Amino acid sequence: MKTRLLAATVAVATVTLTAACGGGGSSGGSSNGGSGSTTLTYWASNQGTSLQNDKDVLGPELAKFEKQTGVHVDLEVIGWPDLLNKILAATTSGQGPDVLNIGNTWAASLQATGAFMPYDDAALNAIGGKDKFVETAFATGGAPGKTPTSVPLYGLVYGLYYNKKMFSDAGLQPPTTWQDLVTDAKKLTDPSKGVYGMAMEGGSYTESVHFAFIFGRQNGGQPFDDSGKATFTTPGMVAGVKQYVDLMGADKVVNPSSVQYKNGPEAPGDFAKGKAAMLMSQNNADNTLQADGMTPDQYGVVAIPAPSPLPPGGKDVASFVAGINISIFKNTKNKDAALKFVKFMTSKEEQAILDKPFTALPVVKGGEVNFTSNKDEADTFAQILATKAEPLPLIPAESAFETNVGNAVNGLLAQAATGKPVSDADIKAALTEAQDKMAAAGS
Amino acid sequence: MSVTSIQVPVEEAARSSRPARRRPRLSWQRATPYLLVLPAILLELLIHIVPMLVGIWMSFIRLTQFFIANWSAAPYAGLGNYKVALDLSGPIGKGLLHSFTVTCVYTVLVVGFSWLLGMSAALVLQQSFRGRGFLRTLFLVPYALPIYAGVITWSFMLQRDNGLFNHLLVENLHLLDNPPFWLIGNNAFVSTAVVALWRSWPFAFLMIMAGMQSIPDEIYQAAAVDGAGIWQQARYITLGLLRPVNRVLVLMLFLWTFNDFNTPFVLFGATPPHSADLVSIHIFGNSFVNWNFGLGSAMSVLLLLFLLVVTSLYLGLTSWRNRRA
Amino acid sequence: MREPRSFTAFRVVVVTVLGLFTLVPLYVMLTSALKPLGDVQGDFHWWPAHPTLEPFVQIWSTVPLARYFVNSLVVCTIATVFSVLVAVFAAYAVSRYRFFGRRLFTSTVLSTQMFPGILFLLPLFLIFVNIDKQLGFTFLYQTRLGLIVTYLTFSLPFSIWMLASYLEGIPRDLDEAARVDGCRAVGALFRVVLPAARPGVVAVAVYAFMTSWGEILFASQMTNDSTKTLSIGLQNYSTAINVYWNQVMAAALVVSVPIVVGFLLLQKYLVAGLTSGAVK
Repeated sequence: MKTRLLAATVAVATVTLTAACGGGGSSGGSSNGGSGSTTLTYWASNQGTSLQNDKDVLGPELAKFEKQTGVHVDLEVIGWPDLLNKILAATTSGQGPDVLNIGNTWAASLQATGAFMPYDDAALNAIGGKDKFVETAFATGGAPGKTPTSVPLYGLVYGLYYNKKMFSDAGLQPPTTWQDLVTDAKKLTDPSKGVYGMAMEGGSYTESVHFAFIFGRQNGGQPFDDSGKATFTTPGMVAGVKQYVDLMGADKVVNPSSVQYKNGPEAPGDFAKGKAAMLMSQNNADNTLQADGMTPDQYGVVAIPAPSPLPPGGKDVASFVAGINISIFKNTKNKDAALKFVKFMTSKEEQAILDKPFTALPVVKGGEVNFTSNKDEADTFAQILATKAEPLPLIPAESAFETNVGNAVNGLLAQAATGKPVSDADIKAALTEAQDKMAAAGS
Repeated sequence: MSVTSIQVPVEEAARSSRPARRRPRLSWQRATPYLLVLPAILLELLIHIVPMLVGIWMSFIRLTQFFIANWSAAPYAGLGNYKVALDLSGPIGKGLLHSFTVTCVYTVLVVGFSWLLGMSAALVLQQSFRGRGFLRTLFLVPYALPIYAGVITWSFMLQRDNGLFNHLLVENLHLLDNPPFWLIGNNAFVSTAVVALWRSWPFAFLMIMAGMQSIPDEIYQAAAVDGAGIWQQARYITLGLLRPVNRVLVLMLFLWTFNDFNTPFVLFGATPPHSADLVSIHIFGNSFVNWNFGLGSAMSVLLLLFLLVVTSLYLGLTSWRNRRA
Repeated sequence: MREPRSFTAFRVVVVTVLGLFTLVPLYVMLTSALKPLGDVQGDFHWWPAHPTLEPFVQIWSTVPLARYFVNSLVVCTIATVFSVLVAVFAAYAVSRYRFFGRRLFTSTVLSTQMFPGILFLLPLFLIFVNIDKQLGFTFLYQTRLGLIVTYLTFSLPFSIWMLASYLEGIPRDLDEAARVDGCRAVGALFRVVLPAARPGVVAVAVYAFMTSWGEILFASQMTNDSTKTLSIGLQNYSTAINVYWNQVMAAALVVSVPIVVGFLLLQKYLVAGLTSGAVK
């Protein structure tokens, strides 16, 4: 009887397990179909209003690509919280997609892993040549002097959004210097009504590190010296962090609650609802603003201003070169098809189609900014990308820099939000700790 | 329990008295326990043990971003990763120690209260009264919700401007003028512990309740005849007979709470505030966020050693108490 | 039995405190799910000012919720069935046999619970990938099977320990008697011991199911879009552009209803008096 029972169990086990894996195994990795058709796996990042929206936008384009080339693309849209982890797991195991999107600030870090295909001259020629890309955007493809392992796909930069009505009601013009910005913000702040001069995503370490970089550059700082050594604690970097944290602390023009904002859409939400008069955000905030009921004629955009006169060594940097790059996994069995796909995605036509729903700036020359009906806004963003944006440090340790410095700044913001003044010494101590952590971890 | 403890020697005595009559059939019987544990062993090997050994090996190499795509090229680090993790004067060692301390306090609070609430609820629901079935299901609902859903609801309630708590404290009850922050600063620790408690006490409740079902009614009846009140019954019969269940339950709650990743991760993402920097998410930050898997593994191994020691002490202590009882 | 006043007071306090503790978040979930997005993002109100059922419609299109739900259901159910089966065998061996390596087995199994998941995530991933490479086809990498095998093992240690201690509590004369009657070990296990240990088995099954149901870390690495489970899928209501709070709550409620109903159905097993009939 025992044998019968065991046999039955085994039988049931086999049947169920077979059934279970039958459904799931279809879309892992890439394969050459028996019919001679090629299938690519593509990991796209979340750019639209939802993962489903991304699929809806990309679906017809992938169908078009299949029609043109006969290459089928299996699309998987991956949310931001998962993306880097999944890329890391793919890198470690050698099992991943053929083509994938990466945040361009990770480019140098991912390049260092050696898991991505370098775009050498032949590869660049295959996708239409490096000259087709906007130079600042192309520069984010990897560490300087090395063969890039990614090419730009969607361009993003920071701008200063302002609420036109609130500004005109207060008789103000959009600020052209940082001092003006602070004065205006103070005028527009009225905590009793729940209205503040500036919206801030104060719990997001990525935004914090972006502003530490931008304002650090304005104050003559540089997070790494030419030899790649961390220099977070130089006076310029400290002053830059102070400029940002003071919005919350000394200037009190930011709602203290915003230190809890960490998902991305909360600060734009405050701005859209008239709870904040200004917002420093990347151009894809347009999507959120419109989702929250604001129309493009209700807000204006200018470059984030720098202190005037510029501090010694400072540069009028208004943004870093943000955006999404596209990489090919080195282990791909379909290199030619992958290159074709990258060429397709970075073609002028596709850029024009995709930039609109994803509120992105074109990364190829001659592209039109088309995500907004507001001509001034389009021009402003195009100009910031062309003249006022610098890439974040293109070094392998960039990823560690983002988390360590970003967290340090978040901690300082939290301190300011709870009413404790933040001194230069506090900032220096926090940045020193971040720097020591990176040194001790050897990254 | 008394039944079992008498039974064991009898059974073993019966076995040992007939070794001479061992036939081939008996050797098949001898293999039975091994066949029974075989599936478990195979699965444990595949999912836990082998990856664990790989993890230990990882802690001895410099597995940074430069080598993750090609592990075999990673240089041998010896005890280097451990030195960094244990260097209490360095920023990383300090961070780990802080995180470890926070986790210890967190674990004691969450496990203690989970057990207390679970026990109280099980005792109350042991007696039949109207609404018992409803409450029994209600109490298990937090456990039936996907972790993400439960925790994200709490984070929603704990928002400073739009959250339920500050609405209640400031606008409904007027207890406070200035709405406090619940998810940053030291309050973040309390919030995390409460959320974890909300999720884990129903599990204690479930296990204790199930354990209570195996206590025969006759024992209670006999005790009642002897004049034992409801409290004495709870104290002497229920608690006493639940000891084996409690022993496993508390240990497991301890291990899960100590390694709790989901609660802080959903509340805060990969970078929690200082006061709620629980050790598993701290390690996650060091390996996945800073891309230093060797260091993260070394920290995990240290954690494993600590838990091994605590568990052995606990098991030794409880079985000693059991034998005396 | 007469109930002393102190116990009645205790009961009132426990029921009130725990009732509120449990209900308030559920209430927030329900009311938030009935609010339009703008209201959810605004100041908190106890009662929805503009109640709407729209979130319950939108959840299905924002995220392929139905597919994730089916994935979760398939993965968790199969993992639970096999986990309980494997655990029952092992627990029976541990509780009824004194065999060489028994202590090593139990303590090793227990020690696996001490390993922080974060450490063996990458190695396990790597092992799955390599097994697939050896086999030459996708077997474990990002498949439901891979997740099932992982989850079923996750719940094994606790299940084995818990069941072993349940079985300890079941008098041996029960299965001894059955064996004398001509049943072999496994027969005795299924015919006599398991029915007697049903509440324990059900509790362990519930545990195994819920462990897989809520798991986030491994699911996020070991699934792709077609095998993704609910716990990961729910996170997708928070996107780069917006956090759909009302939809998260609505989706959480919708997917939890079947689970809560399941609990309701299982209750009678959880509480069924066990010994009264079986021992005699």
